[in-house]
Amino acid sequence: MRVYEVVFVAAPTLSIEELEAFITNMQAVIEGRNGKLLKIDNWGKKSLAYKIGKFREAYYVVLSLEGDGAIIAELERRFRVTDYIVRFLSVRIDEDTKRSEKLKTVRQRKSSTKGTPEPQVNIEPEAAPAEQPM
Amino acid sequence: MVAPKRFSIRRKRICKFCAEKISYIDFKDGKLLSHFIPERGKILPRRISGVCSIHQRLLAEAIKRARHLAIIPFVAD
Repeated sequence: MRVYEVVFVAAPTLSIEELEAFITNMQAVIEGRNGKLLKIDNWGKKSLAYKIGKFREAYYVVLSLEGDGAIIAELERRFRVTDYIVRFLSVRIDEDTKRSEKLKTVRQRKSSTKGTPEPQVNIEPEAAPAEQPM
Repeated sequence: MVAPKRFSIRRKRICKFCAEKISYIDFKDGKLLSHFIPERGKILPRRISGVCSIHQRLLAEAIKRARHLAIIPFVAD
């Protein structure tokens, strides 16, 4: 299963109830296709960095979900046919989070072995012969 | 901006992300990204920000994603 982060931007003309209804609708789509909605992050109304259509502000909602590509395809199709969704972006994040977890463990291992002087001893004999021809 | 005195002051290059051990740059974090977009709205080059190449690539991707969602601007008005 893949983990995705789906962000969508909804028109500010929408009422909060309508937005909530849309989110629960999307939740049903995800769960109907064996997906798992991990988190709903509703930022509320936020001012846009530039005008989209005639809007200066819009609702931002971030959905974190687990599932396969078919769910994303269906969600994006619904975003496209819905008039009040002005922008959306789906990003797969499981590979990135896995990589950052891995880096974290590598760092921890590095910092724990930092105290041992062994690697420095190995470098010195190699450096010494290079200086001899001088 | 004051022209830097050459030879006298040479700031050590430190990648902000390496220093803070950030390995994933979130495109939703407009505040963080805004440090790397000057007034004009362009992506700040590495030679100025000192960000390492790995993080610059991740940063550029994040900025482009954030622009699409109108979190940060494409160009300043």
